[in-house]
Amino acid sequence: MITREDVEHVAVLSQMKLKEQDYILFTKQLEEMLKFVEKLKEVNTDDIEPTASVIPLKNVVREDIMAASFDRDIALMNAPDKDFGHFKIPKIME
Amino acid sequence: MSKYETIIGLEVHVQLKTATKLFCGCSTKFGAEANTHTCPVCLGLPGALPVLNKKAVNLAILTGLALKFKINEFARFDRKNYFYPDLPKGYQISQKDKPFCEHGKLEITIDGVKKEIGITRAHLEEDAGKLLHSGSSGQIGDAEESLVDLNRTCVPLLEIVSEPDLRSPAEAFEYLGALKSILQYIGVSDCDMEKGSLRCDANISLRPFGQKEFNPKVEIKNVNSFKNVKDALEYETARQTQCLDSGEKTFQETRLFSAEKGTTTAMRAKEESNDYRYFPEPDLVVNHITKEMIEEIKKTLVELPAVRRSRFVTAYGLPEYDAGVLTASKAFADYFEVCAGLNKNYKAISNLIMGDLMGFLKAAGKDISDSPVKPENLVKLVKLIDTNIISSKIAKVVFEDMFKESADPEDVVKAKGLVQITDEGAVGKIIDKVLLENPAIVAEYKSGKDKVIGNLVGKVMKESAGKASPGLVNKILKEKLSN
Ligand SMILES: [Zn+2]
Repeated sequence: MITREDVEHVAVLSQMKLKEQDYILFTKQLEEMLKFVEKLKEVNTDDIEPTASVIPLKNVVREDIMAASFDRDIALMNAPDKDFGHFKIPKIME
Repeated sequence: MSKYETIIGLEVHVQLKTATKLFCGCSTKFGAEANTHTCPVCLGLPGALPVLNKKAVNLAILTGLALKFKINEFARFDRKNYFYPDLPKGYQISQKDKPFCEHGKLEITIDGVKKEIGITRAHLEEDAGKLLHSGSSGQIGDAEESLVDLNRTCVPLLEIVSEPDLRSPAEAFEYLGALKSILQYIGVSDCDMEKGSLRCDANISLRPFGQKEFNPKVEIKNVNSFKNVKDALEYETARQTQCLDSGEKTFQETRLFSAEKGTTTAMRAKEESNDYRYFPEPDLVVNHITKEMIEEIKKTLVELPAVRRSRFVTAYGLPEYDAGVLTASKAFADYFEVCAGLNKNYKAISNLIMGDLMGFLKAAGKDISDSPVKPENLVKLVKLIDTNIISSKIAKVVFEDMFKESADPEDVVKAKGLVQITDEGAVGKIIDKVLLENPAIVAEYKSGKDKVIGNLVGKVMKESAGKASPGLVNKILKEKLSN
């Protein structure tokens, strides 16, 4: 059961400001998602190992060899603001 | 005696010594211009995919072997989700349920008694970026804006989490020293706190003796030296004792340590409790660590400090204390062994290293690897003393030149005419002069005050500018005084 408090909690974690009608909508939508998961739970998985990944690969690694990095101008190209070769961001603590 | 038992656990992050980052080929080199070691992966650009650095995995497993961990056969990565400006992806790739290493242990010696400290786990994760805050204080709370350098993002860290087995700030200090020593021995990290390659958070709570359950723990952050960890824990012990004594409840919180004030202060409480919504990292596949891989890595394991320490006692006949001091750092132990290969007066070598060399290096802020005194020259000095060419007192003077000028001790002795006077006639003449000048002391001696001979020896040594052989001075002085 999804409550309004659950939606408020998730909204804070996602740093989203929701309007009153959003709460009603999202509570309903999240509830429907949970119902769908409940449906999946009906499938018998007794003989199936818990799976963290469906990719049939393991031990994909690279050697510790340096590759080219971005030029700084490119790295900062899409930054909304920058200064002294850094990304510049607004006040963190209110 | 306190009524309370102190419970401490430590979380240590060490930067692994790789050339490139954990999931991309950007350099990990310290001190580069801001944002010059970045690429789509470590900037968190959409669609970029991480690929695991094999060396980082090997170093994590090597650490696991050195700290007697169980190496998990299957290890995987998870996403730890949170928003913070130093974390461009909005999540950190870490390990939750299946870390590479679990159930390790580390032995510490406290007041001469050995104690085993459990280590819960060691897992790989990526570092975050670095923030610079505007404003004169440089503190986040005062800043109108902040600057972000993402060179550090994705640098490989191994987080080593101890069990709450430590029972005093002193034990925590020992644990950190022993851990650092091992990590440096096996070469997995520089453990340089100034460069951020070793960081430590400490958890501490107190409980009345006999109480089974733990009280809520306080996490202390922002501690940048082992001594500060100890100071912060001592402050917290006192603060929490006061709380409990006055019947207050302690509660779980994060506190910041101020080295200047020697105190901890509460961090502003977060609105939401930690909720990282971990889930398996879909962009990385599972790691299957086989017995063969572990055997291969085991071959690179070197002799560890505790083993080397006992060997220094048995093989070189050094006192426990000397062995402990010398083997605490691999570089010093290596230096000693080079010297020991050249001269068999091991205790004399140890004395010179622990006394003169360590003192001079510390004063000069130098590392043993940059020592101006090379093992060949240190050993030459030992020989000059052992063959009575110089006294050990003069050796102090010679050592200073060896250190400051990188000089060969034989050259110093020659150039400054410091050769010990071992000629009986020459020493006798100096003694005669001193006896003549100090009739009062001589009279005292003859009246039965044997102790004053030390005074005369001192005067003779001074007269000879420290060059007379002390043994000879003692012998001749006694002969002359008994006549
Ligand atoms: Zn990168």
